[in-house]
Amino acid sequence: MTHGLTAPTIQRIEVEKLCVDYNGTVALYDADLSLPPGCICGLVGMNGAGKSTLFKALTGFVRPSHGRIRINGLPVLAAQKDQAVAYVPQSEGIDCNFPISVWDVVMMGRYGSMNIFRWPRQSDRVAVRDALKRVDLLELASRPIGALSGGQRKRAFLARAIAQRASVLLLDEPFNGVDVRTEQLMAQLFLQFRQEGRTILISTHDLSHIRDFCDLVVLINRTVLAYGDTSEVFTPENLARTFGGMVPKP
Amino acid sequence: MSWLLEPLSHAFMVKALLVSALVGGVCGLLSCYMTLKGWALMGDAVSHAVMPGVVVAYALGLPFSLGAFVFGVGSVAAIGFVKQKSRIKEDTVIGLVFTGFFALGLVLVSKVRSNIDLTHILFGNVLGISGSDIQQTLLISSLVVALLLVFRRDLLLFCFDPTHARSIGINTGLLHYMLLSVLSLTAVAGLQTVGVILVVAMLVTPGATAYLLTDRFDRMTLLAVASSVLSSLIGVYVSYWSDSSTAGCIVLAQTALFLLAFLLAPRYGILNAHRSQAP
Repeated sequence: MTHGLTAPTIQRIEVEKLCVDYNGTVALYDADLSLPPGCICGLVGMNGAGKSTLFKALTGFVRPSHGRIRINGLPVLAAQKDQAVAYVPQSEGIDCNFPISVWDVVMMGRYGSMNIFRWPRQSDRVAVRDALKRVDLLELASRPIGALSGGQRKRAFLARAIAQRASVLLLDEPFNGVDVRTEQLMAQLFLQFRQEGRTILISTHDLSHIRDFCDLVVLINRTVLAYGDTSEVFTPENLARTFGGMVPKP
Repeated sequence: MSWLLEPLSHAFMVKALLVSALVGGVCGLLSCYMTLKGWALMGDAVSHAVMPGVVVAYALGLPFSLGAFVFGVGSVAAIGFVKQKSRIKEDTVIGLVFTGFFALGLVLVSKVRSNIDLTHILFGNVLGISGSDIQQTLLISSLVVALLLVFRRDLLLFCFDPTHARSIGINTGLLHYMLLSVLSLTAVAGLQTVGVILVVAMLVTPGATAYLLTDRFDRMTLLAVASSVLSSLIGVYVSYWSDSSTAGCIVLAQTALFLLAFLLAPRYGILNAHRSQAP
């Protein structure tokens, strides 16, 4: 495990006065956020509110025009080299016809810990096998990724994050279009992750899931409107500000 | 057997077979990444854009591959720059930039005094390839193959899920430009064999053929290289015996193999597709 997992005083994610703009269009401004180790946090906002921009900033895909980000007390790039951050994509964004097996996808979680040729060692194979077992996909390991159902594919990407042994997991709409079985399994895994001291940031527009799983919630609309305990933050006023007066039915 | 052996008695045929097979193999390897990344149009662009570089290099007495490489990379940089700084969509920018480069090449060929034969650039001249050209092709091929083999896992990840690559600390910008440089180099190598116009076929068709045959990347690579090398050999032979364009024959052989896969591939061929869909 990374050293971050044993240092409870350092925040997992610390974002201060973060601003991101794309060629002059402001996507996110003055965003502040601080997440401790071992929590499940929901990230709630409308489409275009800056959820994916925040994820992109946390994965180093966009450079902030202002402000700073620390992950386990380190700048983004250093945290990435430490294998601290795992991003679990919406499986819709992935090319399902890609000629790659489930095993190989999960093995990609280990690349950052391998040498330049990415030759898997015994320890990497063990990590992949364990991760596949935890998401209950071991029997399907040799299937091409395109032969899986939507929920199974989501679990495969979750297994990749597990194999990576990341302490921060960023999940993009994890409950979108998954079967009940996958949803239960993911909920179970999230609780285990929390116990292991990992911090999970879940972007979603489904408020009922937030109430069910999340300890903390972040409301964003171009900036962080509110964050804290789910029970305190989930007020009608806050939700109205997040959704511009149109609160979706919980 | 004489149809197979007789051409080998000519030194130019042996050279042509070896060079075509080598270039075919290199292009086949790269074509896997091109088809998976969706860069077919980029391959078309770079291969056309190297043309003015060839003319300039000849005029200055430099190795032609150096000039071609500079202009290939230059076109990629120009595409990136225009795309970033304007509201024009990428495919339009690509079409716009490479035709500009290509037109510049045409004008230069007609104005710069040299012994360059336009048809050799456009359609290749593998039957008349010179010793120094073979050396350059060998050098380029070894460099490209070495890079593609060392970084094959990273490039695969880069094609499949660049966000994950980035989030585990892999420099995706570097991979992007490396793949583009490799593309430029390979286009230069392919130019000798099949010429500027048809090199894009070498950079796309073998990968597409292999993609229809397997769901494993490693197998796809092997199949692409094998089909590409085979096409080169078939093409050179057919061209010899039918006394027709070598480049045309090589690319037609690739197209024929693609059509075979398209029709007969075990899972994705159209003659089998409806069968496997049945319960």
